[in-house]
Amino acid sequence: MSNAQRPTAQVGPGGSASVGGVDPLGGPAFGPPSAGGAGPVDDAAPERRVAAWRLLVANPVTVAAAATLAVVVFVALTAQWIAPYGVNEVDVAGALQPPSWAHPFGTDDLGRDILSRVMLAASTSLQVAVVSVTFAFCVGVPIGIISGYVGGWLDTVSMRVVDVMFAFPVLLLALAIVAILQPGMATTMLAIGIVYTPIFARVARASTLSVRTEPYVQVAQTMGTPWWRILRRHVLPNITGPLIVQTSLSLAFAILSEAALSFLGLGIQPPQPSWGGMLFAAQGFVTQAWWMSVFPGLAIFVTVLAFNLLGDGLRDVLDPKQRTRMEARHR
Amino acid sequence: MNVLEVADLHVSIGRTDIVRGVSFALEREQTLGIVGESGSGKSMTVLAATGLLDAPGARVGGSAILRDDRLGLARLIGASPKALRRVHGDAIGFVFQDPSTSLNPLLTLERQITESLEAHRNLTRRAARTRALDLLSAVGIPTPENRLDAYPHQLSGGQRQRVMIAIALACDPGLLIADEPTTALDVTTQAQIIDLVRDLQEQRGTAVVWISHDLGVIGQVADDVIVLQQGQVVEHRPIVELVDAPAHPYTQVLLAARPRLGGSPPPPVDDSGAVLLDVANLDVRFPVSTPTGRAQIHAVRDVSFQVRRGTTLGLVGESGSGKSTIANALTGLVRANGSATLEGQPLLGKVPRDRRRRLAMVFQDPFSSLDPRIRAGDAVAEPLRVHRLRPGRHRERVAALFDLVRLPTAFASRFPHELSGGQRQRVSIARALALEPDLLILDEATASLDASIQAQVLGLLRDLQQELALTYLFIAHDLAIVQDMSHDVLVMQEGVAVEYRPAGELFADPREEYTQRLLAAVPPERPRAARSGR
Amino acid sequence: MRSGSPRALFVFLGRRLLYSAVVLFGVLVVTFAIVQLVPGDPIRLALGTRFNQDAYDALRAASGLDRPLHEQFVSYVTGALTGDLGVSFRSGQPVTLLLLERLPATISLALVGVLIALLISVPAGIWAGLREGRLADGIVRVTSQFGVSIPDFWMGLLLITLFAGVLGWLPSSGYAPLAEDPAGWARRVILPALTVGLVAAAILTRYIRAAVLEVAHAGFVRTARSKGLAPSVVTGRHIVRNALVPVLTIVGIQLATILSGVIVVEVVFAWPGLGRLVYDAVAARDYALIQGAVLLIAVMFLVVNLVVDVLYAVVDPRIRLS
Repeated sequence: MSNAQRPTAQVGPGGSASVGGVDPLGGPAFGPPSAGGAGPVDDAAPERRVAAWRLLVANPVTVAAAATLAVVVFVALTAQWIAPYGVNEVDVAGALQPPSWAHPFGTDDLGRDILSRVMLAASTSLQVAVVSVTFAFCVGVPIGIISGYVGGWLDTVSMRVVDVMFAFPVLLLALAIVAILQPGMATTMLAIGIVYTPIFARVARASTLSVRTEPYVQVAQTMGTPWWRILRRHVLPNITGPLIVQTSLSLAFAILSEAALSFLGLGIQPPQPSWGGMLFAAQGFVTQAWWMSVFPGLAIFVTVLAFNLLGDGLRDVLDPKQRTRMEARHR
Repeated sequence: MNVLEVADLHVSIGRTDIVRGVSFALEREQTLGIVGESGSGKSMTVLAATGLLDAPGARVGGSAILRDDRLGLARLIGASPKALRRVHGDAIGFVFQDPSTSLNPLLTLERQITESLEAHRNLTRRAARTRALDLLSAVGIPTPENRLDAYPHQLSGGQRQRVMIAIALACDPGLLIADEPTTALDVTTQAQIIDLVRDLQEQRGTAVVWISHDLGVIGQVADDVIVLQQGQVVEHRPIVELVDAPAHPYTQVLLAARPRLGGSPPPPVDDSGAVLLDVANLDVRFPVSTPTGRAQIHAVRDVSFQVRRGTTLGLVGESGSGKSTIANALTGLVRANGSATLEGQPLLGKVPRDRRRRLAMVFQDPFSSLDPRIRAGDAVAEPLRVHRLRPGRHRERVAALFDLVRLPTAFASRFPHELSGGQRQRVSIARALALEPDLLILDEATASLDASIQAQVLGLLRDLQQELALTYLFIAHDLAIVQDMSHDVLVMQEGVAVEYRPAGELFADPREEYTQRLLAAVPPERPRAARSGR
Repeated sequence: MRSGSPRALFVFLGRRLLYSAVVLFGVLVVTFAIVQLVPGDPIRLALGTRFNQDAYDALRAASGLDRPLHEQFVSYVTGALTGDLGVSFRSGQPVTLLLLERLPATISLALVGVLIALLISVPAGIWAGLREGRLADGIVRVTSQFGVSIPDFWMGLLLITLFAGVLGWLPSSGYAPLAEDPAGWARRVILPALTVGLVAAAILTRYIRAAVLEVAHAGFVRTARSKGLAPSVVTGRHIVRNALVPVLTIVGIQLATILSGVIVVEVVFAWPGLGRLVYDAVAARDYALIQGAVLLIAVMFLVVNLVVDVLYAVVDPRIRLS
């Protein structure tokens, strides 16, 4: 698979020598390839980077994770049409049926089809996760960027606030927020969104700080480039990598948090189906009806795992330190 | 009798051949210098030959035989890890490039020195401690008995490298491998380390393999030299012969490119050149945070100088001398006290944007001074956009600037990672010139380039000064290139201006003791072997 | 000119203490806000159907909610610092007393959980880090990724199904105080502690592996190998020791995650700890109790992290002797 990349990897002295026959640099009349030795900067062949998405698709785990997520999203979007039964179609006579052809995931204590409920709950879970992570992103990232770029007392104050938020276990803070407001979908979204805001602020700040001290930003500063232009042109494009990774991982954690809240009966309220809520209901039937707890739990597990694996794959590709190793292996 | 014999050494990683058939032999008390530019495979050669190579997927071929008084003959290539461990630290000692990372931060110096004694000599703790004390005093650590229980972070860079040498020599090895041991050090420290290794070598009869990119250093230490290019030996001769009559064209290029003292200063400018930059009583302090609180660094103390239009002022000093801080103060990156004016207009504090334009800066690191996501042409055009210079004609202007720095215009569409280090540095210069600045600040602008590339970029800078009547503030640690570039020189030491005079006078007759020390530490042009008659 | 004076250590600890005090103040502000932010009258909400004017007036006076905001805050902070967290809106008992009753159950569960996590993650993380890219590393990476992705309460349910239901080896839930019935406590702590520990182990393994990987490429490890030391010495003395210094801090920070897990796990296993208490208090809208429990858990987090900082300073000479 690495052969596909080779043709593009031939730039450098070969390329420069072709300009007008004379090497305009008088440069590498000698010496192409490099092997990353110590000492001064090597002036020979610079290697063209392998495109990020190529590295991404070269990793089967990442591809599998992305495919799984595509299926989950598809099911979530189309569940109300493709689910075999109604979500709240009660059939007391057919309660607590083990998995069968008619009910592949079995039925619950009210005779509702678990497969249909798992499918519809997917849409609930993804909605909560996407909305809350979007909230956390939109609030946390600007705070982090500004605090990292401006520095000074503004940075000190906002980071102390973030530290205070980190002193509370995520679920505890979410519980307190739910206690203040009424439990329900909107409260769940808000609670998870607030809880994950400081994480985005911290990631954005750390990346901004590291980009800010890069010489290319300093050059821009010495040229008298206005701050907003430096932010837009140099900082933002160079911190997207870590933010994408954090988004993927946060989606995973948001799904877990929503499930935990719903499991405690304080998140999504019945009759709206949610994976956590289904597990809450299954608690009383652990020994009689294993399918009631296994399938909703499996749905959470698979979705969260897919987001985590995707996040890991993205990190491998987008983090410069990991990336060098990846590329070395890829060639 | 040969201590080490290497024959037809090959190293490859994946499909890339890194070392291609290197052979050499080494006698007792002899020093073999291995010189080459980055990517020549010089470190790889020696690590592979001594069985310490740790690159995943590397394949090593050929043979390397070690002859040791105690251990007898040992095969180093293809030997078992256990056999290699018996040799490493006992018959072969290693010193690496960066003393700040090659010592374990959590262990005392004693522990790090005695480790190999315990492993190879079965010494008791007490005996090993006595031996460590001897070693520390042998490598010139002051009050060694107080230093045994110290940790690496309590030492200076030069002292750490001395400790590394003590570790390497703990078991009295017959062979010492020194991989760029002075590259991370200041020039005066470098001279001390060179002398130290030579003295120890004479006392103990150790054979040394000394790897360096710097022919000046190799000239000071080596008896024989191998010139490596792309993993192949292009020349292998005694150092004096090599310097006097280089046979291979590559060796000739390396010798010609090497910065040397005594070069010709740039042509003098018209004496009527008006003062462009006037710096008076510049003083910079900045806070640094440490785990135990904030500390203040007084980086620049009351420094004054002037730069006349069309001339170059060389700002020279060792690390921590405050030379880069001056550049940062002038460009507004750090806050400073005192005054600095450009043709009478103040530069410190809040400065209107179009005045910033009159000062442009080129940084040291060619990798990080260009935004990895912005094409070379756009990087050069950016100052034009920011300052609305030549609206509507950016494309022609960028092409003209690429011409000016001798880069093909087609390179404008390349990303930084598609350019070599030298090419990137040319783009940085073009970007600085786009501002049409009055003063160009070059902060170690060629320091991380290979010698041959550095020579080309310096040549370009000299040509540009002539063509465009540019004014430079040239910051460097290397006295030889400062001499080649500067009309006036300011020597800095720990934030203080030590000596400030026209370049010709200063180099001919340095007045201050520190300047004299700096000059004396520069490796002379003639190899030491030529003088000692060996 | 040895700088072995303990001064640096004290300066470092003083700064850390000051920092913790600042965060503690923020924590107090947040917990104070819990009661204030309730839309409507928190006491009326808490009393719910049991509302009667006398009980209402008594509670309102006892909780000080009738006084101006700044007075309430001052008395809340001084009360909290002296261990007085007011009275439960539900039972009228002192909150501090209710919390202290539950504390041993939670601490014992958390400690056993952390112990399990460390016993698994330290060897697994080191093992995988030293074998980067090989099969063993792959297995550890995948397993830990699974562990991070499993909802802890679901794992609890599965463990109950297996060990209490199918095998019938252990009780499915419940609690016995360690002091009175050690054997009963041990039998009942295994499943919840395993649930907490396995999830925490997965998280810690990933950090330890990353730390080992980073150190394994450090210059001083090459120096150690160049001395011809045995692999066990290179690994133990040079790699692991240096890798565990940053991991120490991570263990402290991950405590928040572990405590999150403890809350849910306590509900699953009917373990009468702080988590269970918070859960019941939220359901009962007992805001004084919620406030107190949230404060206590946050303070536990701060204290553990302060201890970690002290350890950090003791382990790392760069801080001790800077």
